[in-house]
Amino acid sequence: MSATTMESRAAKRANSLARQRVWALWGSYIALGVFVIIFLVPPFYTIITSLKTSAEISAQSGSPWMVKDPTLENFWYLITYPNFQIYYLNSVMITVLTVVISMVISILAAFSLSRMGFWGSQALSTGVFLTYLVPPSLLFIPLFQIVGMLGLINSVWCLALLYPTLAVPFCTWIMIGYFSSIPKELDEAALIDGAGYLQMLFKIFIPVAMPGIIAATIFAFTVAWGAFLYPLAYLYTSNQMVLTVGIISDLIRGDVFQWGKIMAACLLASLPPIVIYAFLMDYYVAGLTAGATKG
Amino acid sequence: MAEVRVRKVVKEYEGGVQAVKGIDLDIKDHEFVVLVGPSGCGKSTTLRMIAGLEEISSGEIEIDGEVVNDVPPRDRDIAMVFQNYALYPHMSVFDNMAFGLKLRKFSKEEIKKRVDEAARILDIAPLLDRKPRALSGGQRQRVAMGRAIVRNPKVFLFDEPLSNLDAKLRVQMRTEIKKVHQTVKTTTVYVTHDQIEAMTLADRVVVMNAGIIEQVGSPQELYHHPKTRFVAGFIGSPAMNFMPCTVVEVGAGLHIKINDKIVLPVPPDRVERYRPFKNKKMIFGLRPEHLFEYTEQGKPGWTRVDMLTDVVEPMGMETMVHFFVEGTAICARVDPATHAAPNEWLALTADMNQMHLMEVDSGKVV
Amino acid sequence: MAVGASVSTNTTGRRDGGSQPKSSLKKFSQRRSTIAFALCLPLILLVSAFVIYPAFYALYLSMLNKKMTAFVGLNNFTFLLKRNTFQLVIYQSCLFAISAVLIKALLGFIIAHLMHNIPGKNQRIWRGLLLVPWVIPLALSTLTWWWMFDSSYSAFNWILNQFGFEGVPWLGVGWIARLCTIAVNVWYGTPFFMIMYLAALKSVPEQLYEAASIDGANSVQKLLFVTLPMMRNIISITVLFSLIVTFADFDIVRILTAGGPQDNTHVFATYAFQIGIQSGDIPLGAADSLFMFPMLAFAAFFVLRGVTKRTKEIAA
Repeated sequence: MSATTMESRAAKRANSLARQRVWALWGSYIALGVFVIIFLVPPFYTIITSLKTSAEISAQSGSPWMVKDPTLENFWYLITYPNFQIYYLNSVMITVLTVVISMVISILAAFSLSRMGFWGSQALSTGVFLTYLVPPSLLFIPLFQIVGMLGLINSVWCLALLYPTLAVPFCTWIMIGYFSSIPKELDEAALIDGAGYLQMLFKIFIPVAMPGIIAATIFAFTVAWGAFLYPLAYLYTSNQMVLTVGIISDLIRGDVFQWGKIMAACLLASLPPIVIYAFLMDYYVAGLTAGATKG
Repeated sequence: MAEVRVRKVVKEYEGGVQAVKGIDLDIKDHEFVVLVGPSGCGKSTTLRMIAGLEEISSGEIEIDGEVVNDVPPRDRDIAMVFQNYALYPHMSVFDNMAFGLKLRKFSKEEIKKRVDEAARILDIAPLLDRKPRALSGGQRQRVAMGRAIVRNPKVFLFDEPLSNLDAKLRVQMRTEIKKVHQTVKTTTVYVTHDQIEAMTLADRVVVMNAGIIEQVGSPQELYHHPKTRFVAGFIGSPAMNFMPCTVVEVGAGLHIKINDKIVLPVPPDRVERYRPFKNKKMIFGLRPEHLFEYTEQGKPGWTRVDMLTDVVEPMGMETMVHFFVEGTAICARVDPATHAAPNEWLALTADMNQMHLMEVDSGKVV
Repeated sequence: MAVGASVSTNTTGRRDGGSQPKSSLKKFSQRRSTIAFALCLPLILLVSAFVIYPAFYALYLSMLNKKMTAFVGLNNFTFLLKRNTFQLVIYQSCLFAISAVLIKALLGFIIAHLMHNIPGKNQRIWRGLLLVPWVIPLALSTLTWWWMFDSSYSAFNWILNQFGFEGVPWLGVGWIARLCTIAVNVWYGTPFFMIMYLAALKSVPEQLYEAASIDGANSVQKLLFVTLPMMRNIISITVLFSLIVTFADFDIVRILTAGGPQDNTHVFATYAFQIGIQSGDIPLGAADSLFMFPMLAFAAFFVLRGVTKRTKEIAA
């Protein structure tokens, strides 16, 4: 066999390998594109509907997937609608409270569990993880009674008490993971440098584990912002409601669906998580995966 | 600056495992003492007990005349350099060095003065604004030392500070540490598993093994007069050759008999020392550097042995020759000019003036 | 893990310093445990007050009569089990959770693989787009789905009509409504699986694939013998999390169908809400939610046992 045919064969093989790879790549892109389109249909439809007038929605002429006369009147209505403002304010208040309470509790506990230890701390760490596995819908009925005993039925403040139970176990869990990954020598160095435990926590651990704290904060935020069952079960007057239930109870009256406004409200209510996600995607993803990879 | 006294110190972990089995050690003011030994020998535990990071099970540790058993680390006035440097990743080099001073409420000017001084000694002044992650391994090491220096403590503690550096940098930093000690003269306790580091740095070396101190002495002492087989084997590189032997009397003098063919005369000045062990099974020890190529013009005590080489490793300035004696691997260090080749007979000289003789059971050098 | 280093028993006692009343280092370590416990106290209080106490309280509640005046033992449970609707709830909850989790796991796996195929620098944008369903609060996105399934204005039916098909009564017929709830759950949960798998895929060392190639493995064999075994722990944890969340789902079913038509789509949570909160039979509602507990505990036990075992194997 002459050298040239060998070479050309080798070239051909390399060529077909390269071609295969290109095909695989394009196939992946196309398949991913299909998935993205399917996944983004609902948000897209939300936007389309939110730009329509009630007249256009009920006219049912032409494609519902298009908007003929885009208008911002739904958004304007909501922004100037006092109830919607209350829902938004309540949501923001409760979420901020939840995040602060949850982070304080879980950072303190995680520091103690990962570094200091006391009798039974091991069992407590396991307990924290198991608590994380308890879904909100398991305990909402006894909690209804407890909230009632505390006199907080139909008070938005009961959420600031209950939401941390949903956020704290997971936040503690991932903070334990982040704190444990800080080398032990760092606290020993701080100890020799003369730091007490609280100084160690505030001057060393919190700054070093900042990415973890951001991830946990985002988690607490999403939990508090999106929760639906507790407010639906414990709140019933408009002035106490948060966004998730307010939109449904206020804009759906009997059989009259103001879909344009509902969709606009959904968009406005989804805005904070989307914005946070857009800017802090890496932390968001880190928090999401931390539970499994660190557990 | 201060003396450190360790008296009958025991470290026992839960479950009765003793990591340190009652050691005594006096470290003088300004002294540079290196604890050396294989991993698990208790050297790090000893250091951490001096630092106050481990509780002392029994015994006493004294720093500057004060028993510190119950003193927490921050009040012991010590500074420690860790193996992985333990620099605070979120603080600049300056803040890393200043942290201990800030916690002790030093004035801003004093802090700045001390940090600048330390940075000057360590040649890291241009790095003060950087974060640790922007530093090379050697630079981090310097910062870690700087953090110790600024505190001007009674004692410096080093826990394997060079293990994470590559070979070249390690040699360089070794010199650096020595230089710093000569400048600041702070009493220093330094832990390493690397005997070369120990030999080059120490005023006195403490060889530890299995929770006890095998021997304390100057590097020269340990090299020439090891007290136990462990020390003899641990100090020196490549390690000393050990061969089972019998001490026999042939004619006028004593001889070391390894097998029927290899019988080596004991130098006359040692005959009396070794006579009590006549006809006993002993261990004969000879360093590779005292087993070298045969030359015509020998010296008193040089004895010729012929060996069948197994593996030959040219190292440039010398050549290591490996062979077997009675199933034991033996190493000799010969001049590259001898052109030793594998599986050939090679004439060697054993410098019997440098021999060691040990008891089989106790491992004691006699 | 935290206790190890500096807390140790002082068994041998001290020989010379025995006259000192109490060693300050010991006090120091005692103080340390006190501080440690104090730092955990908020967590302990929160969990005891709003998780552990309610759990036992639920047990107590579930054994009362409707007016909560008399103790009725296990009557609520037996009553529920005999009811047709509740049998349907059990059936639907299991069907909903198992099929949704399986589909999510499969789709998530496929998408993660597709993502892994494309160059790293392009992954961010795709990942960003694919995660959107997970980011929107579920209660709000379900509203959009409801609107798309709407009986008279359904946007899906419009598409079907364009192609000459009849419109489908999405939420009006039992089994179609069930499929719809599952579809929404899959839409919402697949990104979570995808992101977990992607993280797992990235953690498999490239050398293992190279070694497998040299050993003659084709891509299917690589998947079976390298990828899957390496990902088993993450897969099981992800499935467990998802199984719990899906099984205990409330938002989707409540908003989309509120349990209808004819209670065909009720799951434990929505049924408990209906009888406990809406109809005011707190004990019966509590009994209903308590049925979830053994099923979740069972799943958690087996998955976590497997994970701990494998973690130990890898560590050893």
